[in-house]
Amino acid sequence: MRLWLTTAFALVATGALAQDVVRIATEGAYPPFNFLDDSGKLAGFEIELGNELCARAGLTCEWVQNDWDSIIPNLVSGNYDVIIAGMSITEERDEVIDFTPPYFPPTESAYVAASADVDLTSGVIAAQTATIQAAHVAESGATLLEFATPEETVAAVRNGEADAVLADYDFLAPIVAASNGELMFVGERVPLGNGVGAGLRESDTALRDALSAAIQSMKDDGSLNALLAKWFPGEEIPQF
Amino acid sequence: MCDDPATLNDLLWFACYLTTGKHLAFYISFGTVLLLLAVTAPAALGLGFVGAVAARSRILPLSWLGRGYIAIVRGVPDIAFFMFFVIALDQGLEYLRHHILCPDWDQPVRQGNDFLVCPAAKLPLSTAPQWLHEVYGFVLAVVTFAIVFGAFAANVLFGAMQAVPRAQIETAEAYGMTPRQAFRRILVPQMWVYALPGLSNLWMVLIKATPLLFLLGVRDIVYWARELGGSKTPQFTAYPHGDWRMWYFLFLLVFYLGLTRLSETVLNRLMDRLTHGQAMAGGEAQRRTAAAGAA
Repeated sequence: MRLWLTTAFALVATGALAQDVVRIATEGAYPPFNFLDDSGKLAGFEIELGNELCARAGLTCEWVQNDWDSIIPNLVSGNYDVIIAGMSITEERDEVIDFTPPYFPPTESAYVAASADVDLTSGVIAAQTATIQAAHVAESGATLLEFATPEETVAAVRNGEADAVLADYDFLAPIVAASNGELMFVGERVPLGNGVGAGLRESDTALRDALSAAIQSMKDDGSLNALLAKWFPGEEIPQF
Repeated sequence: MCDDPATLNDLLWFACYLTTGKHLAFYISFGTVLLLLAVTAPAALGLGFVGAVAARSRILPLSWLGRGYIAIVRGVPDIAFFMFFVIALDQGLEYLRHHILCPDWDQPVRQGNDFLVCPAAKLPLSTAPQWLHEVYGFVLAVVTFAIVFGAFAANVLFGAMQAVPRAQIETAEAYGMTPRQAFRRILVPQMWVYALPGLSNLWMVLIKATPLLFLLGVRDIVYWARELGGSKTPQFTAYPHGDWRMWYFLFLLVFYLGLTRLSETVLNRLMDRLTHGQAMAGGEAQRRTAAAGAA
């Protein structure tokens, strides 16, 4: 009986991997993680990482751009197979989908404002809808102002609609650096989430194991740290 | 020339900037939107006509079906419809294919949150090229738009059919026409004039509803305007700029206003033509003007 079960499982496992193309969804609006370059193609840390993971796991991959709001429903309904979109591993999400171990270390989120004297506990704070940052602001007592895209959250601070924005430090750092002092980090950093991992359907264990092994091999030979250093240069390079 | 935009003067910089691959995709998306409108409007009108006829039917179950369709779809918010109905439609199709193509499959289709059909039942197949996936998304969008706007159109047409004076139908019957003939020759030609104001409203709303497309993975003009107009930091582009969304949306405003203006002109002409010879105030006014001109 046990032998039969194991064989059946092996059959299912190879069945899942035998699909010729693994479709990977990303948002394409979250530099340096994922964004559209000038030619309109997807680029960024996660695109390079995903391609390398697919090469190591021997998979043929294809990228799909999908709206953040519908990115999980479309995964579980089978429109694509993996989410690699700067998605933090959280308990709420883990109940619906599965994650690989993180390929990006647990990060701190940071507040960015147009002036140093904003009140982060009672002011208006912008965050992207359905993110760990939005959940944090909702709990903190500040007024949450949600936007569909990360870009809009920063724009809300620039035009005074929000007092500050809460987002991943690594997303905000290049924006603050390029703002000529118009924007600045304020307040304490907030550690949120358990790192960023690739999201998969809970039933897709074979693909999860293949990608997890590929992530581990990139951690072991140092190529993941090299990729992080390339895309997140600066004072604080995220490292494993 | 465009290899190092930072060294260019303003005019050349903009020439390069406005012809990046991203901008070309933006220009092409105008075609996508116009195509969507061109396909969806007749489809919604057809569905609306069927819905209105069904709702007026003397066969009770058919009438319930028509009325139910109108009431339910009109009551559900568009965004909910676009997020959930589309996924349900997609899953329904895949479920059917799954039963036809993979009768030997022994795994459950629903596993927790996951919806798993055999690879051969996927729509489109996961091996299909990306453009096919995009075409499929576009078709789903057309179907969804047609169903949503069809319900509103059905309500408009239902009202328009009721508005045709009863005397017209009675006269048709007195001439010995069957109900079917009276419907085709008298009711339908006369109802359009009552339906047109409501239908033109729907058309205007449809023109502006295309941003819902991105929920289905189809990138429309509003998506591109937001993406291109958002501020760009120098690390990630050769053309860094601040928040230019205002200019892009201004451009969209001009486009939409132009489209609205064009629609109005066409609809006004259509109204003129439909009013001609009608037994109502508009038709009577036309007749009098013509008579005064002749005298």
